[in-house]
Amino acid sequence: MNVIAFYIAAAIAVLTTVLVITRKNAVQALLYLAVSLISVAVIFYDLGAPFMAALEVIIYAGSIIVLFIFVVMMLNLGKRATEAESKLLHARMWIGPIILAGILIAELAYLLAQGNTRVGAAHVIPPRDVGLALYRPYLLGVEISSMLLMGALVGAYHLGWHKQRKPETQDANREHATSPDAGRGPVRTGSGRTVGAP
Amino acid sequence: MFSLVRTLWDVFLHSFKPRVTRQYPEQPAYVPPRWRGRIILSRDPDGGERCVGCYLCAIACPVDCIALQATEDATGRRYPEFFRINFSRCIFCGYCEDACPTYAIQLTPDFEMSEYKRQNMVYEKEDLLINGTGKYPGYNFWRVAGVKIGGKDKGQAEREEPPTDLRQLMP
Amino acid sequence: MTSPYPFAAIFGILIVALTIASGLIWIERRLLALWQDRYGPNRVGPFGLLQVLADTIKLLAKEDWIPPFADKPVFIIAPAIIMITVLMSFAVIPIAPGIIISDLNIALLFFLAMSSLGVYSIVLAGWSSDNKYSLLGGVRAAAQMLSYEVFMGLSLMGVVLLSGSFDLVDIVHAQRKIWFIIPQFLGFVLFLIAGLAETRRLPFDLPEAESELVAGFHSEYSGMKFGMFFVGEYLGVTLISAMITILFFGGWMGPVLPPIVWFLLKMFFFIGVFILMRASLPRPRFDQLMAWAWKLMLPLALANLLVTGAVVLAFFH
Repeated sequence: MNVIAFYIAAAIAVLTTVLVITRKNAVQALLYLAVSLISVAVIFYDLGAPFMAALEVIIYAGSIIVLFIFVVMMLNLGKRATEAESKLLHARMWIGPIILAGILIAELAYLLAQGNTRVGAAHVIPPRDVGLALYRPYLLGVEISSMLLMGALVGAYHLGWHKQRKPETQDANREHATSPDAGRGPVRTGSGRTVGAP
Repeated sequence: MFSLVRTLWDVFLHSFKPRVTRQYPEQPAYVPPRWRGRIILSRDPDGGERCVGCYLCAIACPVDCIALQATEDATGRRYPEFFRINFSRCIFCGYCEDACPTYAIQLTPDFEMSEYKRQNMVYEKEDLLINGTGKYPGYNFWRVAGVKIGGKDKGQAEREEPPTDLRQLMP
Repeated sequence: MTSPYPFAAIFGILIVALTIASGLIWIERRLLALWQDRYGPNRVGPFGLLQVLADTIKLLAKEDWIPPFADKPVFIIAPAIIMITVLMSFAVIPIAPGIIISDLNIALLFFLAMSSLGVYSIVLAGWSSDNKYSLLGGVRAAAQMLSYEVFMGLSLMGVVLLSGSFDLVDIVHAQRKIWFIIPQFLGFVLFLIAGLAETRRLPFDLPEAESELVAGFHSEYSGMKFGMFFVGEYLGVTLISAMITILFFGGWMGPVLPPIVWFLLKMFFFIGVFILMRASLPRPRFDQLMAWAWKLMLPLALANLLVTGAVVLAFFH
């Protein structure tokens, strides 16, 4: 374990995560989030979990954040969204997160004070071990999460699936339904006029 | 899917086909004799300037790229004092050639007139004038025109009768 | 088995990769011309070889314009990302025994990770330009590259199963008897298509699509920033060709000739195939592209993985 690399990556991760929260522009915030995830991947690699590091980059930084950026690009957030963001960044908004984070820090400090916390850098975990761990002791968890994903997939498919419409017939029906009242559709000469009107 | 592979193969076979590109500066391009290219001013068979400074070309020119000033020599023969064509404006339409009554201004099959400086595209009379008759070898305007110039009096032109003496009654 | 002279290897591979990538500009133009019965650039230097140099000088001398409406830092960093990610991938490519910068035990995953990070370059370039065509190009690039990444990874898992390692050197050594192109032909085809889509080469160049999006994500780029996108694309082609060589065609293995020559021969053959595809295949519609990815390629990749896994389990275990 390279201590200097670890501290550099950790510092970058903390800094970029703070920047994620304070950025007003959504895409810039997501970019910092991606950098944060990559630095976390470096920490994983440093701790001897190269497989985990690669997956972190491929799945989180490479796919999920790209999807977020994709959605943000499609939403076309302009100045309005930035203003709404800056309203959210008031001091009052920080109370809840600060309390929660303080509890976490206190917990961490308590655990550290207990001593005997030798973590990390024991040995490098090859991909084979990850696979064996996933499919031997934790098989049930893998299966449950795969079922969850399957459910999500079916749900997304259902939401994205449009029933095939028949535009010609539908429009023809609407034409018949609305032709008596003259308010809708194109004005026809001679149909809606009262007798004697100019 | 098979059609994609066949397309790839057909395109690959083009490796062995001749190339259609003509290597231009080494293999010069064919330019037809009536090509409307660089404009010249031609001379009589005798060697005199054909241009009589009538301004018709300058008037006909749709982009106003021709400028000239007519003058006369001691014998009464008209010629342009200067004759200037701005080739960065010229569109090579050939109207000036059509308008010219003396076949002086002519378009030639030459198009290689690139310059590094724009000012060099302005051709003066000495650049335009050639030592030849161009497309009309035998024609001499002053020989057929009934104008009196030095060395040629009225009635001495080709196919011209001597002027009638108006004071005589005899036919 | 990292190289004994790490700095020599780093700079050697860096220089060779960049030279090949910029040379590819000339090679591609000449080959395209050959297949279209033209000559291509043949004026500057012998056979037009100095055309690349002339183009580089021109790009460097051009005005490096940043649009006033662009997001400036993102706009500047976007072309750098593609160069960085592709050049990082070259670090794990074993060119010949001993010629490798870093013999990583998860090299294949590293390659996939870097190619997935390459998406950022295109997406951010499209977004930061603040131009509707660029944005469309960026959106297309995000959708296309995400979709094709999925089965790019899956199509390689057959190779991983057969060789039992993510290490590219081990994968090459595992092909001592038989190249993986024979047992993994489907995987090879899938990887070739995914590689085309990942590098945004012509049948799948919808993010730039000159005829509809006016160069898409790099509409607003000029000067050497555009040059970096340009070289990045050719670096990507070189990288994918090298990966095909390593994963399916036995890497540096071959009779008589020295290993590095075999590697370069195979790599240039696939670069030629890439250019031939550009010369001959038309661009699909975007919905066709996405439909192929999810409805055809992904099931095929999964089936390939399933069958390979079953065969390995039944016969080699």
